[in-house]
Amino acid sequence: MSASGEPLLVARGIAKRYGEREALRGVDVEAHAGELVAVIGPNGAGKTTLLSILAGAQPASAGTVALGGTAAIGWVPQQPAVYSRLSVAENLELFARLERVADPRGAVVAMLEQTGLRERAHERVQRLSGGNRQRVNVALGLLADPAVLVLDEPSSSLDPRQRERLWRFILGLSERGRGVLFSTHNVAEAERYARRVLVLADGELLFSGTPAALARAAGSDGGLGFEGAFVEFLRERGH
Amino acid sequence: MRWMLKKDLLILARSRLLVGVLIIYPIAVALLIGLAISRAPSKPKVAVLNLSPPGASVELGGRRLEVAHYYSALLQQIQVVPVSTRAQAVAAVKSGRALAAIVIPANIATQLSSVTNQGQIEVIYNGEALEQSFAHSTIEAALAQANLELADQIRAVAATVIGELVKGGSLGVPGAPQSLPGLQRIPGILHGVLRHEPPGAHRAALAQVAEFAQFAAQNLGISGRVLKTVSRPIAVRSTLLHGRRTPLDAYAVVVAVSISLMFVCVLLAAGGIALEREEHTLARLVRGLLSRELLLAEKLLLAAGCSLVLAFAMLAGIGAFVGLEWSRVAQWLLALAFAALAFAALGVAIGALAREVRAASLLAFLLSLPLAFLALVPAGAVAGGLYDAIGAISFVFPYKAALQALDAAVNRSAPSLAISLAHLLALTALFAALARLGLRRVE
Repeated sequence: MSASGEPLLVARGIAKRYGEREALRGVDVEAHAGELVAVIGPNGAGKTTLLSILAGAQPASAGTVALGGTAAIGWVPQQPAVYSRLSVAENLELFARLERVADPRGAVVAMLEQTGLRERAHERVQRLSGGNRQRVNVALGLLADPAVLVLDEPSSSLDPRQRERLWRFILGLSERGRGVLFSTHNVAEAERYARRVLVLADGELLFSGTPAALARAAGSDGGLGFEGAFVEFLRERGH
Repeated sequence: MRWMLKKDLLILARSRLLVGVLIIYPIAVALLIGLAISRAPSKPKVAVLNLSPPGASVELGGRRLEVAHYYSALLQQIQVVPVSTRAQAVAAVKSGRALAAIVIPANIATQLSSVTNQGQIEVIYNGEALEQSFAHSTIEAALAQANLELADQIRAVAATVIGELVKGGSLGVPGAPQSLPGLQRIPGILHGVLRHEPPGAHRAALAQVAEFAQFAAQNLGISGRVLKTVSRPIAVRSTLLHGRRTPLDAYAVVVAVSISLMFVCVLLAAGGIALEREEHTLARLVRGLLSRELLLAEKLLLAAGCSLVLAFAMLAGIGAFVGLEWSRVAQWLLALAFAALAFAALGVAIGALAREVRAASLLAFLLSLPLAFLALVPAGAVAGGLYDAIGAISFVFPYKAALQALDAAVNRSAPSLAISLAHLLALTALFAALARLGLRRVE
């Protein structure tokens, strides 16, 4: 499904200050239905801060975040935010009830099915592999059936096979009409899966467009590759 | 909040070690404290070498005091390790069979009879500071008790002799007259003689002797009271200014229960809130699923509830050994509940500052233990200014207020229960507010 219509998520002029330090400066973000948006940038660029503000996990110092219509936003933080001494099903049911999902048990069954965790439903999270733990983390983000899903470096702790399965799942969500924003250090993932990339550096939004447009903006004729073009883009702008 | 409470209880139930400790700890502590304060303290093992010959006695005013009496008074205070020589006594102390040794010399009776010298016994201690201190204080107390009994006997003998000198009678001493006239009767006898004596130097001298005898009889008459005063110069009359005196064993119960309540409650609350950070669930929860205030309230109630049950079980367990007023059970529960809330508030404040459970537990332990000790420092044990500083620190942490509330509830001591409960409530609000500040940061 391609991105279309009114944006599901619109953020304008997002700023975040920690004392004297400015973590974000006037960042604008939009996400449409079915759109996959990658947020990339060097360490300390403000990617996690931006996504956590969009997800409502922390307040912005300035700016607004608006969701279209009755759209809800789901959040998958970088570290799996799950109770390791509870089973997969217990975690899902607890958060379904906290999210005030109309049919918590039904939502649990649906999530177990969607994320392929049905066989592991009664296993404690502490005994799961990193990949399965991340699937639980994603499942928790999807419990309330959000229109927009925000994922902070979802594949960072996964091996290549687990990464592949995760991206297949995320692409499926996008195809079913969800807007997906994700941050990543792996720019190849951004090039491969994202329709649009946002480049953040030192809290400033430097670029918003397609991966191909980013390569062109860096003056790359394809010889540098996407990662090389991205590094060149940052270098040219003093980062 | 219901689902969070259910989740935390489930996690708690799955932490077998923690649950085990929570169940075993109050039972073990209640049993230990109960047994410790319901049984007499064990007497120290002391090797005793009595070199005085059997039947040795002290001759005082024609009366005989058996050295064996002094010896048996001493033995009542200790567990005797029998030895036959001084070398065996020293060996017993060195080997640890005895904490100390007492050597009563062969000439103890002669020393005591000399009146001009004190009798001397030898006490041999080992070098271990705590044991030495225990043995030293026990033996000093035993010797003081034995000395007091000996002094009482000497005073009684002296009073009898003086009484017979004043009132007349028989001293029962070989060589002494069988029927003494007594100083009181001498002036009458002499005045009878003086009536038949012509005036002159002889009559004046007799009149002087009669006057002296009357003076001596009057003054020696009060000697019994004087001797009693000298042997025990100060008698103690206790006056309690306010409240009710707390028996030491009941106070020990209150201290033990309040310390246990503090540790369990502070550790549970601090660990509970820190766990949310450690599992990275805090950020997920506070993004609209649960307010920070509700989250803190949930952790506070969970920790306070669990520790209240545990502390009450401890108190009830110890109550099987120590006479506690069960009619005041409502006051106990009130004091325990308010104390638990204040400790839980301190715990969540600590937990809100820490990033992980281990750090929170360590911080809770490091903060609670010295504060509890400070609150137990009695007035007069340290310099005035320092005591005031300790008092100020103890005032802003819940332990002292909890101790006072529980003491008031269990022992009716001052200050009143209501004042302590109000203090605990204020501290609960203070630490809950600090916890809320600490929870502003989610990661």
